[in-house]
Amino acid sequence: MSVRLILKEDKLTAILGGEIDHHSARELRAEIDDTAANVRPRRLVLDFSGVSFMDSSGIGLIMGRCKLMQLWGGRVKIVNMSPKIEKIVSLAGLDQICTVAKGGKTDETNE
Amino acid sequence: MKPMNEMAVSFLSCSSNESFGRSAVAMFVAQLDPTIDELSDIKTAVSEAVTNCIVHAYRDTIGIIYINCKMFDSGKAVIRIRDKGCGIENIKQAMQPLFTTAGDERAGLGFAVMESFMDSLRVSSKVGRGTTVTMSKTIARRPRDDEKNKTAG
Repeated sequence: MSVRLILKEDKLTAILGGEIDHHSARELRAEIDDTAANVRPRRLVLDFSGVSFMDSSGIGLIMGRCKLMQLWGGRVKIVNMSPKIEKIVSLAGLDQICTVAKGGKTDETNE
Repeated sequence: MKPMNEMAVSFLSCSSNESFGRSAVAMFVAQLDPTIDELSDIKTAVSEAVTNCIVHAYRDTIGIIYINCKMFDSGKAVIRIRDKGCGIENIKQAMQPLFTTAGDERAGLGFAVMESFMDSLRVSSKVGRGTTVTMSKTIARRPRDDEKNKTAG
């Protein structure tokens, strides 16, 4: 489990790696929230390209970050999900609360 | 019907064991020659059940999680995950998607994931005694490479 945070103007990108379960989600959450609360980005991009396993704890992680970003009117976008991760994400109906990039699309920097 | 193989593991309900629990089942079930997708479905479902034991059954305490896995000739794997924790008062409510008693960071999707990723799911629980989750998945039998060669030759 790892996270690399990249801040570019008003966009914070969190590149996630490894396995996301209830155990690892706690650490990921702390790292993302620390930085996000400091810089208050307009957009938070969660990049799942390096995630090899995820259970519903990952959904909790996404939902929690959506709530956090809403505090200052920001938005969450989730990108680079494998079909396995998309399967869980579709169960949760996350497209109601954040932007879901479909079909393994990468994040477009200038949207 | 008699299983052709069976294994059992038990471990403490520390969250660091979540990965051990799902990997142990996956390595055992690998004998049925599942596809990567089938194996990933099983891993995810086991991870949900084990997490439930840690987050709910043994909330604020540490107990033992028992996993038993049976394999049958038909390619069916039956996985039972049991705890001696607090039990579930209302199973129907607990199984409803998005219902959770564990706060903001839990999606309430554990049972929904188990249900949709496995062929069958049964939950039995007694308040104060514990919960048993039994799920199964049949791995489609595919001709193995050596068998394919035999028929071809």
